[in-house]
Amino acid sequence: MQDNVVLTMRGICMTFPGVKALENVDFTLRKGEIHALMGENGAGKSTLIKCLTGINDFEAGEIHVDGVEGAVKNHSTLDAQKVGISTVYQEVNLCPNLSVAENLYIGREPLTPWHSIDRRAMIKQAEELTKRLDIKVDVTQNLENYSLAIQQMIAIARAVDMKCKVLILDEPTSSLDDSEVEKLFKMMKGLKEQGVGIVFVTHFLEQVYAVCDRITVLRNGTLVGEYPVAELPRVKLVAAMMGKDFDDLASIKPEGFKVDENAPCQIEAEGLSHYGTIKPFDLKIHKGEVIGLTGLLGSGRSELARTIYGADKANTGTLKVAGKQVKINQPIDAMNLGMGLLPDDRKAEGIIGSLSVRENIILALQAKRGMFRQLSRAKQEEIADHYIDIVRIKTASRETPIAQLSGGNQQKAILARWLATDPDFLILDEPTRGIDVGTKTEIQKLIIQLASEGKSIMFISSEIEEMLRTCNRMAVLRDGEKVGELDGELTQERVMSAIAGGAKSE
Amino acid sequence: MNSNTLLLFITIILFFVLYAAGCIAYSGKGFTNVQTFLNILRGNAGLLCVACGMTCVMLTGGIDISVGSVVALDCMMLAYGMANWGIKAPMMCVLVLLTGLLFGLVQGYCIGYLEIQPFIVSMAGMFFARGMTAVISTDQLSITAEISQTFYDWANYRIYLPFGGVVNKAGKTIMPYFGVGVVIALVVLVLIFLMLRYTKFGRALYAVGGSEQSAAMMGLNVKRTKMLAYVLCSFLTSIGGICFCMNTMSASAQQATGLEMDAISSAVIGGTLLTGGVGNVIGTFFGVLINGTISSIVKTNGKLASSWPNVLTAILLCFFIVLQSIFALLKNRKSK
Repeated sequence: MQDNVVLTMRGICMTFPGVKALENVDFTLRKGEIHALMGENGAGKSTLIKCLTGINDFEAGEIHVDGVEGAVKNHSTLDAQKVGISTVYQEVNLCPNLSVAENLYIGREPLTPWHSIDRRAMIKQAEELTKRLDIKVDVTQNLENYSLAIQQMIAIARAVDMKCKVLILDEPTSSLDDSEVEKLFKMMKGLKEQGVGIVFVTHFLEQVYAVCDRITVLRNGTLVGEYPVAELPRVKLVAAMMGKDFDDLASIKPEGFKVDENAPCQIEAEGLSHYGTIKPFDLKIHKGEVIGLTGLLGSGRSELARTIYGADKANTGTLKVAGKQVKINQPIDAMNLGMGLLPDDRKAEGIIGSLSVRENIILALQAKRGMFRQLSRAKQEEIADHYIDIVRIKTASRETPIAQLSGGNQQKAILARWLATDPDFLILDEPTRGIDVGTKTEIQKLIIQLASEGKSIMFISSEIEEMLRTCNRMAVLRDGEKVGELDGELTQERVMSAIAGGAKSE
Repeated sequence: MNSNTLLLFITIILFFVLYAAGCIAYSGKGFTNVQTFLNILRGNAGLLCVACGMTCVMLTGGIDISVGSVVALDCMMLAYGMANWGIKAPMMCVLVLLTGLLFGLVQGYCIGYLEIQPFIVSMAGMFFARGMTAVISTDQLSITAEISQTFYDWANYRIYLPFGGVVNKAGKTIMPYFGVGVVIALVVLVLIFLMLRYTKFGRALYAVGGSEQSAAMMGLNVKRTKMLAYVLCSFLTSIGGICFCMNTMSASAQQATGLEMDAISSAVIGGTLLTGGVGNVIGTFFGVLINGTISSIVKTNGKLASSWPNVLTAILLCFFIVLQSIFALLKNRKSK
């Protein structure tokens, strides 16, 4: 092991039932560095951390910790603490009903000669520790009297005092405000000077550039690379996380089609939000327009759509549909206002596998009509045949159970389901995920055709190219917030720098 | 001053107000005598031990509703054992305490290590102990001097106070006194107070009640801590059972029914939260005194129906629970 390295992980592999969560991942942490672990949701950051702290059992690979002979395999967080690896989670793992001093020392309290707790010594030590780390608290007060930021710092102080060499901070800033984040960063920098190696997991790009020395990027459970911060500007970081090699990509010009700017608005959202998933946003969608939602996975794209549709009931703001103010409490309200949502999780939220193609297609229409106005069988068959033809679903017959169809055809059937309700506004969340290229193109064409018929469409996709081909306008999301809109000439470069933020996109 | 200290303060003040009210209303009936207070202690010595154990369990966020039945079983073992098995009083007391330990160990293992709901486990314990009491005997048994002179002497041993004497009708001064049970209960109270405050185990009880997950993350043995809490509770309940028996000098299958509820209500009135992590035996002590004072006032009045204490306790419980919620709400608002 090199001199200044405190932790190395080599060739870590880990599978969850059916999913390869980590494949041959390497990670190196040096003394006195703050090392960001980055990746989209599901890239394997948490899994890697859990392998390190003994919560997950990895199948292959080795972990070496400075000062410990041989490979380390932890089986619990306690084991990890013993070799000097401490973790502070987003949810503070302390006891709010105990005093600050006790939270720092419980389980390892200073004892008197009679083996009772020496409270005075404990308080004195706690005062010294908090003073050294510049945390201003009264250690005899209960922890619950302090803000989350302070609690977070107390948790870190406990970890530091336990002589940790590796400190893992898992999304520590997600519930802190700016000034609190600032305090935390100051503390991190202080610890760094004392030689502690810090692993910083976060999805806030700005924060990475504010404190980190090095970045390791993961994608789909594999290692993309390790970079010094200075060599990886934001846009490149985003490209690495999303798996696009930015330099190699020729900017694809959108084929484009003009939308009448004066067309009436189909959807006007003002200050709409859902607590915990999407911050207040304004959004206007004209008739005959295709608007794209772009951003990293987990940036709030689906959440924004769900809030408009009422799948998550909006907590604030107003929504106008075709100029009229409406209140949407649940999806059926949205459906009655001419909306449709094609969810991103086709298997769980879309198809009903054991029902036939026909039944799946008429489902939304029937729900909209209500239970007591059943569509006649003849009518159902007519509708099903019509849409099987229009969207070209390849199926043995309209009575085939939908589970037997390929993914692409299932997706088309669900699209048909919503088309059957004749919506004015259709939300398509990842409609092309996991389907073949030919079908993708067909779906993209269909979207453009629907828009030209005067329907408004919201299109969410992780593939920027297909968004560029189909959208007139894009809304950019970052960390659960709508941060901007792009219109005019859309290029891959503009979109990616908008997603990355910081670098001016307009 | 934090809200928990404030709650404890309110409990203590409430006790003094209640007691003062009793003194004013019934001064003619001897309520002002020191002996009245000592009688409250004598009558509730057993309950105090049980409530101390209950407080420890409640601090972890659990509950033990078997304690009333265990007290009944203890009394039955003492009465029947000394009369029919020919076992001497000290040995019988040891047996009772061992039974308590074993009982707590089984309950604690199920709750701590098998992670079964405390309510269900202790409900099973409640039925078992009550059932076993009746299996030993369905009769109403009395402990007389003939059965065990030793136990009789213990129960009637009087420790006199050097002050506060009252002159009775015959012109003789009777000094106020208390018994062995009170001494035992007060020793238990002090020991548990020190245990909760100054030992690793005591603090672990609070930590587990505050957040089990956090306690585990901080390296505490949550399972063992929970098990030991129930062992301690059953053990203290058995000590309480002996005190209780010295007071009643009898045993029956119906004895001490509802005692578990008295213990829980004393702890709650004393500021222990059912959700765990907050509480103190000093509060529980005053909770027991308040319950005792209410019964004493009703008894002294003589005309009130004997169900009045229940009604008053219910009102007090409501008052304290509402107060706790208000404090919790205020705290939340402040932190937001």
